Amino acid sequence: MKRETWINGAALAVLLGVPLWAVMADEPFIITLATRAAIFALAGVGLNLALGTGGLVSLGHAAFFGIGGYAMGILASHAQSYAPIMEAPFLIEGTKSMPVIWLVAMVTSALVALVIGMLSLRTSGVYFIMITLAFGQMIYYFAISWPAYGGEDGLSIYVRNGFPGLNTLVPLQFFGLCFAILCLALVLMNAIHKSAFGLALSAARQNETRVLSVGMKPYHLRLVAFVISGAVTGLAGALFADLNRFVSPTMLSWQMSGEIIIFIIIGGVGRLFGPVIGAMIFILLEHTLGGLSEFWHVYLGALLLGIVLFAKGGVIGALAGREKAHD
Amino acid sequence: MTDVVLRTERLFKNFGALKATNNVSLDLRKGEIHALIGPNGAGKSTLIQQITGHLASDSGTVCLMDEDLISVGPAERARKGLGRTFQISSLAMEHTVLQNAVLGALGQRGNVMSFFKPVMKDAQLVSAAKAALAQVGLAEFAATRTADLSHGQRRQLEVAVALTLKPKAFLMDEPMAGLGLEGAQQMIGLLTDLRKEAPILLIEHDMDAVFALADRISVLVYGEVIATGTPEEIKVNPEIRRAYLGDEVPA
Repeated sequence: MKRETWINGAALAVLLGVPLWAVMADEPFIITLATRAAIFALAGVGLNLALGTGGLVSLGHAAFFGIGGYAMGILASHAQSYAPIMEAPFLIEGTKSMPVIWLVAMVTSALVALVIGMLSLRTSGVYFIMITLAFGQMIYYFAISWPAYGGEDGLSIYVRNGFPGLNTLVPLQFFGLCFAILCLALVLMNAIHKSAFGLALSAARQNETRVLSVGMKPYHLRLVAFVISGAVTGLAGALFADLNRFVSPTMLSWQMSGEIIIFIIIGGVGRLFGPVIGAMIFILLEHTLGGLSEFWHVYLGALLLGIVLFAKGGVIGALAGREKAHD
Repeated sequence: MTDVVLRTERLFKNFGALKATNNVSLDLRKGEIHALIGPNGAGKSTLIQQITGHLASDSGTVCLMDEDLISVGPAERARKGLGRTFQISSLAMEHTVLQNAVLGALGQRGNVMSFFKPVMKDAQLVSAAKAALAQVGLAEFAATRTADLSHGQRRQLEVAVALTLKPKAFLMDEPMAGLGLEGAQQMIGLLTDLRKEAPILLIEHDMDAVFALADRISVLVYGEVIATGTPEEIKVNPEIRRAYLGDEVPA
């Protein structure tokens, strides 16, 4: 078996093992941390399709993360106040059901990604980064100035939303749910990476002219990747809001976009498990160093600098070497 | 004429005051290699770019099998049957040789929006890709990373990818450039047979190759076709000898 497969397996084992240990050691906070890591990993897995495979450096993915969060917040807040979202022309009520919330989060994120993608994918390079950032900021300020759902203060939900057959208030059960979704997303991304679409998308990153010359349009490939990417990150946002039972414009901030990129860079750009390992390391640092100093980001910065300068393939690249072209 | 496959009519392209392409009308007929020669800066590559649609023309038309392609982009033109190779190899360098060829076969088949089936296990695509690699002599390098290929092998792969497209016409921009003597001989052998599959519009600086291969030759100077004819006619045309070939070329 390839070395990278072992590393990937080990990462999943640690992510699954830590909360199981935490249950026995009676450390519920550790379970919350692991859940956070799984959700951040999912957000990164979403972005990684656009950034890693597609070469689209989006500095606006917090928009999808936040839209997923607000999808949960808005639906759940209406459900807990028994006030329908709208009555005319037809009735839409809030819900506390996770599957429905996830669906809404993904569809909304995908639609917003479609609009943002259609406009921003006409540019490339630095301009693409700036346009995605601008869209992200627009949505951020919109959320701040929209008083109906808490504005700057955000929106609190009293009870975590439900999933059929599970008690989501038990930390381990909610973790299990997030972990299962992460695994599902990884399976999906692995399939996409090996598919016809994945081959063409990756080729478009490496050489746009080549893709055009065999009769494919890079713009279409990238747009589809951007939409899938946004939907997955949006789903992560809905889970994140449910974990905290709280959603605020912070989820939409450009710092959040930056953090999702950081997960990918730490773990390894374009690697299937890059964001998983990156998010785990990020949470580990946040927990251990954050306890020492409020300014723990200094150490994160040093780590990033080290990776960018000395290990461009991230942790996975350093441990497993160059990605083998799959056959 | 029914045997005309590809035709340009009164193509123009200006870059500011520079007339890069000036009223170019030429055709490519079934089964032939039509070589386009001319000094550096004559506008050969510009013309190819205009034909493939990578560069918009100021005016004029490009017709493939009597279908006007001037209004569509390079992706559509490739799908309609223009297979090109680049002057500077243009390949997905991180992919394997086979993956590059499969990409071409995928472009030919269409339906790229397939997300779940592993493309490298698609027997139809892989066998088409492997056949093209075998035809150019790269079969044993299928699993090699493209970036690890030699310069000459990349040129061969360019041709292989164009082959997977099953084009109606080939446009080849200096396929012999930078190849050694042996490599050039190999490429000449390959192109000789290839013209039976689809005619080739060939830009080439290597005059030995041009005179060995071409059925017809057009001479481009300052964006203008100054002569079109058989190699024999071009060889003895005094104007061309002066302008381009140099007098020492044996007649």
